[in-house]
Amino acid sequence: MAAVLELLLQEEVPENHIHDKLVSLSLLQKDFVPFLLNFLREQTSQILTNGPPTPAKTPNSKAHGSQRTGSERRAGHATSSRVQLFSQRTSVTTCTTDTSFSPAAASSSSSSFSGSNLSSPYSDFPSVVSSSSLSFGHSPVLHHGEKRSSQKASLGSFLTATPEALPVRRGRRKGSSSVGASGRQVARDLGRSLAEEEDGKSDSGSWSGGRRKRSEVPLVSARSPPSQLNLNNLEEFPPMGAASGWTNKSKPSRRINPTPVSAERPLSKPKTCFTSTPVSRSPASSLEAFTAVQEGNLSSVISNSLQEEREMLKKERCKLLHQASSPAGMSFDPCTPTKPSYTRSASLPAESHLVTCANPAKVSCKKQLECLAQLYSSCIAEASGRQHFESVHNCVYFAVRVLDYQYEYLNAWRLEFTEVDSCWEALEQLMLGCLNFEEWEFIPLNIMICRDIFYELLREWEDNNEKTGWDFERVLGNKIRAMMAHLSATCNHSHFARLFQKQLIQMCKGPIGGCASWGDTPDQDVLNMLGSDNLSRLKRLQERFVVPQSIRGPCPPPSFPGCQQFFKDFILSAGSYQFNQHLMDSLCLKILELNGLTLVEHEHGDGEADMEEQDEKKRFAVALLSLRLLAKFLGFLVFLPYRTAEQPTRDLQDSALALRNQTLPVLDILKLLRQSIRDQRSILTIPWIVEYLSLVDHIAPFLDYYRKVFSLLLQVYRLMVLSEDKEMSFLNKLLILAVLGWLFQVPSVPEELFFTADDRQERSVRDTVTSAQALDFVPLVDQQLLYTCCPYLGELRKLLASFVAGSGGKNGGFMRKITPTAAESLAPKASVTQRKLQVDLEQAFFHNQPPSLRRTVEFVAERVGSNCVKHIKATLVAELVQRAEAMLQDKVKEEDVNHDKLLEEVCSHLYEEGAQALIKGREFCKKKGPEAVRVLLPEETSAAVLLWLIVNLVSFVILPVKVLSSAENIAVELATERACGWLSANIAALIKREVKATFNRMLKVPGFPLPVEDALELRRDCPPGCQHCAPFPSQIINEIKDVLCVAVGPREEGEMVDCVWLECLLGRLSQTLRCRKFICPTSEQQLAKCTVELASLLDRVPLSLGIKSPEKSSERLHGKNNPTCGLLKLLFSIWKEDFGTSVPVQLIFSKKNVGYLAEAEQREWDLFLFLLHGLIEHELMKTSEIQSCLHILEELPWPSDFVKDLKRLSHVFVSEHQTEEPRTNPCELTRQSLATVSTQS
Amino acid sequence: MKLSKAQYDEIAQFLGHVQPTRQSLRKLKEKFPSQSQSTLLSIFSQEYQKQIKRTHAKHHTAEAIETYYQRYLNGVMKNAAAPVLLDLANEVDFAPSLMARIVLERFLQEKDQAIPSKTLINSMLRDPSQIPDGVLANQVYQCTVNDCCYGPLVDCIKHAIGHEHEVLLREMLLEKNLSFIAEDQLRAKGYDKTPDFILEVPVAVEGHIIHWIESKASFGDESSHQAHLQDQFWSYWNRFGPGLVIYWYGFIEELDCHRERGILLKDCFPTDIVTLRHSMAQR
Repeated sequence: MAAVLELLLQEEVPENHIHDKLVSLSLLQKDFVPFLLNFLREQTSQILTNGPPTPAKTPNSKAHGSQRTGSERRAGHATSSRVQLFSQRTSVTTCTTDTSFSPAAASSSSSSFSGSNLSSPYSDFPSVVSSSSLSFGHSPVLHHGEKRSSQKASLGSFLTATPEALPVRRGRRKGSSSVGASGRQVARDLGRSLAEEEDGKSDSGSWSGGRRKRSEVPLVSARSPPSQLNLNNLEEFPPMGAASGWTNKSKPSRRINPTPVSAERPLSKPKTCFTSTPVSRSPASSLEAFTAVQEGNLSSVISNSLQEEREMLKKERCKLLHQASSPAGMSFDPCTPTKPSYTRSASLPAESHLVTCANPAKVSCKKQLECLAQLYSSCIAEASGRQHFESVHNCVYFAVRVLDYQYEYLNAWRLEFTEVDSCWEALEQLMLGCLNFEEWEFIPLNIMICRDIFYELLREWEDNNEKTGWDFERVLGNKIRAMMAHLSATCNHSHFARLFQKQLIQMCKGPIGGCASWGDTPDQDVLNMLGSDNLSRLKRLQERFVVPQSIRGPCPPPSFPGCQQFFKDFILSAGSYQFNQHLMDSLCLKILELNGLTLVEHEHGDGEADMEEQDEKKRFAVALLSLRLLAKFLGFLVFLPYRTAEQPTRDLQDSALALRNQTLPVLDILKLLRQSIRDQRSILTIPWIVEYLSLVDHIAPFLDYYRKVFSLLLQVYRLMVLSEDKEMSFLNKLLILAVLGWLFQVPSVPEELFFTADDRQERSVRDTVTSAQALDFVPLVDQQLLYTCCPYLGELRKLLASFVAGSGGKNGGFMRKITPTAAESLAPKASVTQRKLQVDLEQAFFHNQPPSLRRTVEFVAERVGSNCVKHIKATLVAELVQRAEAMLQDKVKEEDVNHDKLLEEVCSHLYEEGAQALIKGREFCKKKGPEAVRVLLPEETSAAVLLWLIVNLVSFVILPVKVLSSAENIAVELATERACGWLSANIAALIKREVKATFNRMLKVPGFPLPVEDALELRRDCPPGCQHCAPFPSQIINEIKDVLCVAVGPREEGEMVDCVWLECLLGRLSQTLRCRKFICPTSEQQLAKCTVELASLLDRVPLSLGIKSPEKSSERLHGKNNPTCGLLKLLFSIWKEDFGTSVPVQLIFSKKNVGYLAEAEQREWDLFLFLLHGLIEHELMKTSEIQSCLHILEELPWPSDFVKDLKRLSHVFVSEHQTEEPRTNPCELTRQSLATVSTQS
Repeated sequence: MKLSKAQYDEIAQFLGHVQPTRQSLRKLKEKFPSQSQSTLLSIFSQEYQKQIKRTHAKHHTAEAIETYYQRYLNGVMKNAAAPVLLDLANEVDFAPSLMARIVLERFLQEKDQAIPSKTLINSMLRDPSQIPDGVLANQVYQCTVNDCCYGPLVDCIKHAIGHEHEVLLREMLLEKNLSFIAEDQLRAKGYDKTPDFILEVPVAVEGHIIHWIESKASFGDESSHQAHLQDQFWSYWNRFGPGLVIYWYGFIEELDCHRERGILLKDCFPTDIVTLRHSMAQR
């Protein structure tokens, strides 16, 4: 027997050899099976310390509640799957010393032996979807223990994070009482028992499967359960999930596809990062988290001796118990109740406000608010206001008025909520009737924004899900539901469902749930702290908490490991019927698409074949894993509404059956299954159907439909076990057997099925057709894939390997009786039928060509087709859109037009011209397609082949991918005709979409329609040879601001502005304005305004003349030497020459600025006059303009003497400029006028 | 200039109750001579804004407004030329520009017997010449000019600084021959959220691949960075992948913790750039 076993183990031998062994094995079955089982038992018991006998599935009859017999333990046993028993028991055994151990998860339940329902197979599926925090309380953390985060070294966290540590104690240690029962059912046949036993170790398998490319072999072994196996032997124990060819490599994402969140971040555990959570955290609380992490690390310093380890364990447990008993310690809300508005909202973008969900739990001063609300409504009622609210206009008006009256209060919020302003203004306008309702609508919550929110949730989950006490529903539930509500409002479910699905595939396509397990590379900090020696001790300690969870029995119930948990919890928390439906649609489509995978046939001997085979294997594996993932989620969604924690009573079951038998399943898996068997593609289809079915509720298997499915599967199973079909690759077969074996053990799959199943064989099982698409006989499954799909097989391998290594231990022990499943040798061999005679032209054509030809042609067709559309979009459509824009611009100015109508009208003009797209498209394809084919195909390709291709390519290229396959035999003319149809249908939509987008953009432009404004802005360039090294505009504004500060005061004592410096500043200003590089309209306008203010205030600036001649300051009023005049002259020239924008010089005449003059003790009329002359001189203002300005000024209420002066000045100015005299030197004029004014005043 | 959290805290602490005047700025520069002026100003401005946000509501209660208005009236009655509003703002620890706004609103409300529109108030603050009362116009102008954290002038300076640095970054990208699409082009294409520059061909900065660069002409402190992450950087990441943020006026070192996840922080244009073909650093 041992020899047979040994042979079996040598999987490296070519598969047909193995097959032979199997054949011979079946002869020896009688003896071998008990032997093997016994052997396995022995091994298991060693690995799992005092593991249970291979758990038996409890008969369904027992599950009917009333029949609980025996002790509590047995009762518990009865309702929960033995799988769970197994794992829970293990967890208990690892914590051997303390029997009263009762972690938080369990203590939240009322009964002390609550394990029986908490640990039911449905602990994965909280029955209360939205509200029960209890059920959610433990569900999200369920699997996280697997992925130990190295940052979370605190022991306590492991305690809670390990739900398997529930205080369920299946006391049986090698108890023989239930052995008979389990033995009876366990191994009906060899295959099945194999699968089961393999299950026994599933967890360390899934563990190592969880880590991807970074996984290190030694760590795999380090994590394996303690046993006498030589775990360090790499050959015996290759890492199961370790880098395989098809493991996804993270690559930078393009903008359209979802960016893989997890794929890129295995290294990104935020360590000392206090802003790692972008979602709703006040800085304060994140800071706390920051320190908390550090403390966590410190607390993880593990003492040296084992004794100390034990002590720590005890303490942690104690702590935990305390925590669990005081729920107050779990408060997470960082908001202070008095000022909830100031925590984070300032930085939230407008969109996230849309999803900020008001939470009644967070309302402070409830009583007062309630009181106010009552008061308010009674007021309205009393004013018999109800009938006034008949229209939306009235309501909005009312709302605006109310807001208006609350102006002061709301105003306080303005700094925080810029949106309030815009909303406010919109409301105001609405009130004034300036805006119609079409314009005033919510910004559609487009899918981009949703994606942002979704990713935010995902990041938060990634950052926090492993933290103790973090609860998915509590933290994210409301956010998710708010998002769902907005999705409903904008009918964006289908988009989001697609995003969700893409993200799901992207993140979870890796072997186990897609998440790298954090634990495998030790955190550098921890490493530094502990040293590698202590680290291993720490790891061992961690394993005490984590490993039990990972051993989920030989037949683990369906679970959602790693990132899948997020998606599952998301669905549950969202609780959205619409979303679920759309997601199911999306999943079905994708599943069907993937299920249709065809492999390129490869003829052996071809040089390329080898490589291609590899590629095909990879493609297959990717498709298979994606299918399994999607099917699992589909199954989850489909059966979710019917999920019950316990097996329903017979009555309930019958009525449910009567009801549910009338509806059709979402996805016709029976048909797909039959097809797959017929077409010999079951290797692809069965594994995902199994995933789908693994999530059935208790009733579904009894439905007529599913009964058929199960019966068919059972037939397949039996057939495979028994048949000597050599056509099927051994590993393919093993995979199917393993997954089916697992499925039949899933708790919700009733055993009755196996006995009542219709024995008549389905036709599809016999009448197989060998088609080109057949997959079963292609050796597609490799060990890697097998272990990935059935991690529990890896455990079996370990066991067997250990036997070979001689560490098998003694014989003896319990010998199980097994009753192999009845084995009618019905199997009529699926005759190897000949290839289909009827193959269509294209198939035949390609068949005699190298496979690369087909790929080339398909590739070219796809690319050229796509380019064709792009080309048309960039040329023809762009042109049309431009014309549309012009048309729209004209029409939109006409009074109140209905925008939609307008759009429709304009588009309809364009559609006719869109027809050109067909001609242009055909031209494009005709030109580019053949070019590309010629370049890509070897030169030796015969001319005839090329010709054929080129003729056909046109049809390929223009038709959408879907019709590609049917286009094969279509004549070019016909193809073109159809293509025209397709293009014309799409071009109209394309044009409309583009025009609409342009139109919307057009409307959004502020100030539209006022395109004239731009004309004022003079376009200028830097002077030739400009080095762009002038000071920045911001710098100059800042400095001028400082001067203005000095001018308007308050000044420090003796504070002066150096005249030379000021001159220099103006010089730099000139430079800055000349170099156009860094200037923007805003800064230039500001500079213009500031300089005008400066000019008005210049006489108030206390100028220091530096070393030059301080004594001269007394004479500053006189003549050319007056520094103020000099500065003004500089300004004139800058205004005139350097500004590209108009300078608001008229501000000089503003009441405020003239007021400075009036206030001055000694009014500087001469300077003012100088200013006026300068303005004229530099053509900055016209005489008439100044005159009117002065006239207006005279009308203002000034002190009487000032008005007199002003009038005099006006007079002088008018007299001087009445006749446009030949240019005089402004200074000369000043001197004259100065004399006039001063004598008069 | 990167500051450690401790360094930053020291500065922030000093800024506790400093008034936003040029005198305070001078003191600040004396106290921390090793830090650049722009960095200090940026930190000062941010800290001050935080403080104002905290106390904003307090200054906007009906009682407070009434008190301020009466004090203003009394003050200008005594001496219209004195910096009444500015002193008042400093006395109650409020931004002069905002104090000016409060009093102006109150003034207009009394004058017109109606609540003035926000547009009108803003317009008057931008150009106090429009204020019907000459004395108030002067007072308001004095406030806005002297305020170095709030007000139209400061807003404009900030805007200008932002623009200048974007131009600067654009120049550097051109100089390094990195092809990019700028924000306005992207907006024209209809993107909703776009960084300042998207690199058409991604490059590696200090070993991290980046797809976009965002220019921030401010100091990256915790709260502002948090806000930016939330409404900008992560959104960019979601759309375009990992990227680089340049805080021209520096940032708190510890904030640069998302490198692995795809958000890089720098306080200057990076030198260690590896393009698809060659390393620029070695050139």
